[in-house]
Amino acid sequence: MKCEHCDKPAVVHETIIKSGIDTEVHLCAEHAIAAGYPLPLEQPIADIFPQLAAVAKVEGASTKERSSKCHACGLTFASFRKTAMLGCATCYDAFMPMIEQVIERAQVGATHHLGRSPKGGAEVERTQLLRAKLMRDLESAVATEQYERAAKIRDELKALDTTLP
Amino acid sequence: MTIPFSAALSQIGPDSDVVVTSRVRIARNISGFPFICRASNAVRLEIMRVVKRAVDRPALSSPSDRGLQWIDLQAVPSRERVLLAERHLVSRHFANSEGPRALALSHDEHASVMVNEEDHLRIQYLCAGSRLPDAFAAAFALECGLAETTQFAFHSRWGYLTACPTNVGSGIRLSAMLHLPAVQIMGEVERIKRAARELHLAVRGYYGEGSESAGDFFQFSNQQTLGSSEDALLADFHGNVLPRLISYERDARAAALERHRNRLEDLVFRARANLSAARLLTAATATRDLSRMRLGAVLGMLPINLARLQRLLLQVQPAHLSMVDPRAADGEEVEREVRATFVRQELAQSSTDQE
Repeated sequence: MKCEHCDKPAVVHETIIKSGIDTEVHLCAEHAIAAGYPLPLEQPIADIFPQLAAVAKVEGASTKERSSKCHACGLTFASFRKTAMLGCATCYDAFMPMIEQVIERAQVGATHHLGRSPKGGAEVERTQLLRAKLMRDLESAVATEQYERAAKIRDELKALDTTLP
Repeated sequence: MTIPFSAALSQIGPDSDVVVTSRVRIARNISGFPFICRASNAVRLEIMRVVKRAVDRPALSSPSDRGLQWIDLQAVPSRERVLLAERHLVSRHFANSEGPRALALSHDEHASVMVNEEDHLRIQYLCAGSRLPDAFAAAFALECGLAETTQFAFHSRWGYLTACPTNVGSGIRLSAMLHLPAVQIMGEVERIKRAARELHLAVRGYYGEGSESAGDFFQFSNQQTLGSSEDALLADFHGNVLPRLISYERDARAAALERHRNRLEDLVFRARANLSAARLLTAATATRDLSRMRLGAVLGMLPINLARLQRLLLQVQPAHLSMVDPRAADGEEVEREVRATFVRQELAQSSTDQE
């Protein structure tokens, strides 16, 4: 199939559904880049191609929201838009209005999980927070070469495992 | 690392004429750890320690499967990592990427856990033929076993949290690798891809995400992971979607036989002739012609055993070929020569197959 703007072969094929009407888009590499589509050429890019498409379409976020940052892991929203990957569980709440859009778009409008859930929800969350803190401490201990402290934190992490049922 | 030759890809199962393999993958992240893109090597090692501890528990290994073997990918040479990818036990990306990561693999190679791929854990069950309900049950049995000592990141609204928010919810990916040569011959591939998209399915090639379809093999999987229970997803995919895809291919085969029998036979017998005569053979050509022979076998044109063809399709891939004959790693020309010789020998032996 040819690109709709020139005679080169189309490499990007998209179906855009707007107000219930399907419009097909076929673009060559050059015109696809110009139109802001990621190219399905190399594996890692193609890997996340559908996700990137969902992420790239985030609209309506204010400038403040777009420049926001996750307080837990430091990931910026700009970086998320580039890779489609979140940095930690807290990112889901940190980027809430935009994440909601991305998920609903990718999940055919579904807004809530209806499947299985782990046993002991509150306990999970408490340990989740404690482990996150210990991991941050461990990182900084290693970064500042405080190896004794790091070893202690590792022991605490191990103890955290053994308290589990 | 010992890799026994019992890969699901070289076996056959229910509806094997169309369905090569069934696979269930479950994405999980361990609560409290950053996701992979923000995880330092120290964090990734800690994740590996937590998972290994869960994997090593005796409760996880029933007497029949003797537990999971632990493969540290950083300690494995590149050829063997590619071998794992060729068997669909790890993604190509996982095989070739860097950093601490591991694979826990059952001895029959059906159950596996990729550790530190896109998510902390990708729990997988892969088996031959159309056996999604079995794969589903086995994958969740493994997930439950791991959950006994590992807490997975979970959100009251979004469910199981994944590094990419589009996989959130159940985190489950059901997929089937289908052999659709007749759909291809009848020029219906684009139509079936479009129908799949309307059903919110992803269609990928032989090597999964981002790969070209080789030899008319296509992998179909669910896109939606949120808003349906896991059982509802399975019921829809296995009970509704898959039978339709299977009968579409079978109908196309019947139609092709009726209308273009000569063209079909030409393709199948030329493929066998090519493979029986070639002195230099690329992986792509071998895959294409073996795929055509596979069609000939299921239509009863060729007296060759399907399991043997399935195994051959795997053995002509570069890393597998160099296991058969190490000279295959000595350069492109030698590799092609080794492949051609190997395929000729195998096909000569197959003449004694009793179908």
